Amino acid sequence: MSARTEDGVIIGLEIHVQLNKLHSKLFCSCGLDYHNAPPNTHTCPVCLGLPGSLPVLNRSAVKSAIKVALAMNCEILPQTQFYRKNYYYPDLPKGFQVTQYDYPISVNGYLAIERGDGQGIRRIRINRVHMEEDPGRLVHEGTIDRSKFTLVDYNRAGVPLLEIVTEPDLRSPKEARKFLNKLRNILEYLDVFDGDLDGAIRVDANISLAGGERAEVKNISSYKGAERALSFEIVRQRNVLRRGEVVVQETRHFDELRGVTVSMRTKETEHDYRYFPEPDLVPMRVMDWVPTIRETLPELPEAQRTRFLKDYGITGNHAASLTLDPKLAQFFEDVSAAIDPKLSASWIVDVLKGELNYRDLEIDSFKTADMIEILKLFSDDVVTEKGAITIIRTILDEGGTPDRIVSEKELAKVKEDVVTSAVDEVLSECTDAIADYRCGEAKALNYLVGQVMKKTRGRADPQDARTGLLEKLDSNET
Amino acid sequence: MAIPICTMTPERKRMITPEEVEHIGWLARIKLTGEEKEQYAEQMNDILDYFGKVDEITTDVEPTYHVLELHNVFRDDIASGSLEQDAALANAPNKKEGFFKAPRIM
Repeated sequence: MSARTEDGVIIGLEIHVQLNKLHSKLFCSCGLDYHNAPPNTHTCPVCLGLPGSLPVLNRSAVKSAIKVALAMNCEILPQTQFYRKNYYYPDLPKGFQVTQYDYPISVNGYLAIERGDGQGIRRIRINRVHMEEDPGRLVHEGTIDRSKFTLVDYNRAGVPLLEIVTEPDLRSPKEARKFLNKLRNILEYLDVFDGDLDGAIRVDANISLAGGERAEVKNISSYKGAERALSFEIVRQRNVLRRGEVVVQETRHFDELRGVTVSMRTKETEHDYRYFPEPDLVPMRVMDWVPTIRETLPELPEAQRTRFLKDYGITGNHAASLTLDPKLAQFFEDVSAAIDPKLSASWIVDVLKGELNYRDLEIDSFKTADMIEILKLFSDDVVTEKGAITIIRTILDEGGTPDRIVSEKELAKVKEDVVTSAVDEVLSECTDAIADYRCGEAKALNYLVGQVMKKTRGRADPQDARTGLLEKLDSNET
Repeated sequence: MAIPICTMTPERKRMITPEEVEHIGWLARIKLTGEEKEQYAEQMNDILDYFGKVDEITTDVEPTYHVLELHNVFRDDIASGSLEQDAALANAPNKKEGFFKAPRIM
């Protein structure tokens, strides 16, 4: 996207993330392992809103909320409490959502991202991070505007959610996506969030062009979706202006399949929600938890990246790739304890990660000890680069240990004298190619290297073969 | 510390009109007849007038957000059993394949 099209774009996000690493719901003991379960099998009188049931708050959910708030540089408020947000819709069994309003658990934070135009860093202010319960899941038969009725599954009702609200500080869809990626990275480092689970993140975006009214886009449920929905909305608003009309303030629904936003008629406004303090839950005073939680916060990706650069001397790209995933970063540190860090970083990021991605595997599928052994074999000159890659692929595809694979696949690099004799043989056989080389045909050398590799069945180091050939060719031994 | 209070505009001076009663009815998904709208508008205005009286008292006390003196009531994050699907759906007037069946609401 050119700088021009980003002019005057103002975006703020409301991001809902599930605290899906917890074991139970926000106000009851129903489990969170509902993803492959039949509908309405993870409910109880509390999350179904049956009369007489009373909610009790999950302590760990509050701790997770504080962790996230601190990681986003927020202040924790001394007294915080829940409210009822009243609206009548089948996804809420009680007719209200228990959420926070005045006195959220935390306010006034920020997160810095790289600007969309690459010109430095932009600080995105966080208005608040607050806790609330997830509504149930609605299933429409056919399309949302055609189906005759709605099917409701309350397995999701009451799942602990955090709502993270930014100030309108983002300036392009690309920045919105960078922000979401960074947020996900931090949440995964905090071990409170698994972004791969269905419905783990949902985003509402407020977007306007300079001087115009804003549209609120709802129902964005993926990182890619956020960028697409916002890009569509910018084009739509520009077209409205081009026709000489004005953008009206409204709520729009993102249709992920068609990649468009459509106007949603809503008759509810802020005061229609009739927020009032939830009488069934008492206020919280959790300031004295903060120092302990702050002390036990894990190293966050940005700090880790800086440390990797400083302590290991690896490249910026390698450090950035390794700190996208806390497990990958740990893997790197474990391997680097035994192997040169630069070599480790390069093999993990440039080779292993690619092989894992290709097979749709995570880093857990590869043993640290195997990686260390492979890199030892490579740096001790036992196997070639190609041989090391073959070991990695074989472990992933067939299993086995590096030393067995080396002997079974005959990957051990041949000794120097074998290379030398192969070079001699090639030089005595390929007189035409030698003549070409001497006439300045550089490609002829590659052919000769290929012949040496062929004679050693690929176990010679191509660099050794090349050096050996050049030595003899230049000393006119043939 | 700046607390971002989201103010609820009381708008107490304004009288409730039958149109507003209709909107409040819509929020609760209740359909009202013309006669009911008139009747409820009048009753709501009476109630608001009464609150107007309370408003006349000068107060300088902190608002009460909860009637109990308690705070920090928590449970541990332990999952225990949920209801069987049949039990969860037992009171539902309409159901289908394990789901509650609700009218389509736009």
